[in-house]
Amino acid sequence: MEEEEWNNKGGPGAGPGSGVWLGINGYPAPRAPRPHSLHSSVSPALLSSLILLVSAPALAARRGRQTEAMLTLLVLTAAVLLGAAPRSDAIVIYTGWERHALVGSDVRLSCSFFSWRWTSEDVTFSWSYRPDGARDSISIFHYTGGAPYVDNKGPFRERLEFVGNPARRDGSILIRNLDFNDNGTFTCDAKNPPDIVGRPSSVRLLVFEKVPIQAGVITGAIIGVVLGLLILVVAIYYLMRFLVARRVFNLSVSKHGKKGKGKEGSQQRQAGPSK
Amino acid sequence: MLAVLAGVVILHLTEIIILIISTSVNAWRTNNKASFDLWYTCSTLNAGYHCEGSSDADWLQAVQALMVLATLFCMLSFIFFLCQLFTLVKGGRFFFTAVFQVLSSLFVMSGAIIYTVMSPDEKDGSNSYGYAFVLAWLAFPLTLISGLIYIILRKKE
Repeated sequence: MEEEEWNNKGGPGAGPGSGVWLGINGYPAPRAPRPHSLHSSVSPALLSSLILLVSAPALAARRGRQTEAMLTLLVLTAAVLLGAAPRSDAIVIYTGWERHALVGSDVRLSCSFFSWRWTSEDVTFSWSYRPDGARDSISIFHYTGGAPYVDNKGPFRERLEFVGNPARRDGSILIRNLDFNDNGTFTCDAKNPPDIVGRPSSVRLLVFEKVPIQAGVITGAIIGVVLGLLILVVAIYYLMRFLVARRVFNLSVSKHGKKGKGKEGSQQRQAGPSK
Repeated sequence: MLAVLAGVVILHLTEIIILIISTSVNAWRTNNKASFDLWYTCSTLNAGYHCEGSSDADWLQAVQALMVLATLFCMLSFIFFLCQLFTLVKGGRFFFTAVFQVLSSLFVMSGAIIYTVMSPDEKDGSNSYGYAFVLAWLAFPLTLISGLIYIILRKKE
């Protein structure tokens, strides 16, 4: 079902990893509670009725039993969506799966979420860090009440910066000047009241001295490029020969004079100076 | 005439065999206990002979690619030679064959040079170049000479 699909995406970074989600997005809602349930169930019904409206005249234009079957199918689908439209209240958080970075460089860990509700003013993001091999995680960043709070005591003091945009559901952070001790798992947890049920998503940071190239990538690339060039050159050569022959044919048809002159020339070029 | 043809064909086949051996055998650099490059690092440490993939260094991958390409081009030039032997007009030159053979020699030269320059030399001096490396350097002048022969060679009768 659609519901479970959305819920499962809350695992470690299974969804699109990069920052901005332009979905059912909005600016921070006013303080007074809105009738959220009406909004959430309106959208699928709206969608299905739009589909019906658009397709009905097109279908009605055609005749036959097929159109009747399709119309009934559409009506049934719309009814199902309208009636049993359980929009899930779960928030789905997306981060990357793994991030590779060089020592001394900066890395941007992105975190965004999907929620059926409008982005509220009380949206919160919080990042926590668990070093490789450790069992406990410490909290390194928290955004709440419209203000970010960065780590000023822990391992990331003065290296962490908030580069996200909560209005666009982006809670990304930037870590500067990486070190080998920064290897570990970063977990992002976002809450969009009243949509607070969701699974935090983790991204693993790997810090390298030199970014490794996978074995065989360069090999395959070189071989592929050279063979490709070879095929290209051969194709062009045969194409030129074909075109020259054709042009000669056209000329001889139109002018009756220059018969086969160009053809002989090309053959001589290929055979070398004979005798 | 027939002797020239036989000689050229034997030379070409020899080069193909040399290139295949040099590319596929894993003995570009040897130690007392291990043989390195072009594809694996095989060692006899810890009671047993086991191999692991060689390093991901970009120069090594380039050498792999160049050796494979050289072998391919040498084989292709042999096929073209056989084709042109029957389709060329009298007095024609084996240009296609020569081009591919010269390209193959260039690739072998590049691969051997890159390997010679970039292979790490250990300070203890126990490393020595293996026979596959020697074959690669041998293949370069052979293919070059063969390519030049094909440029000069002309088809009679």
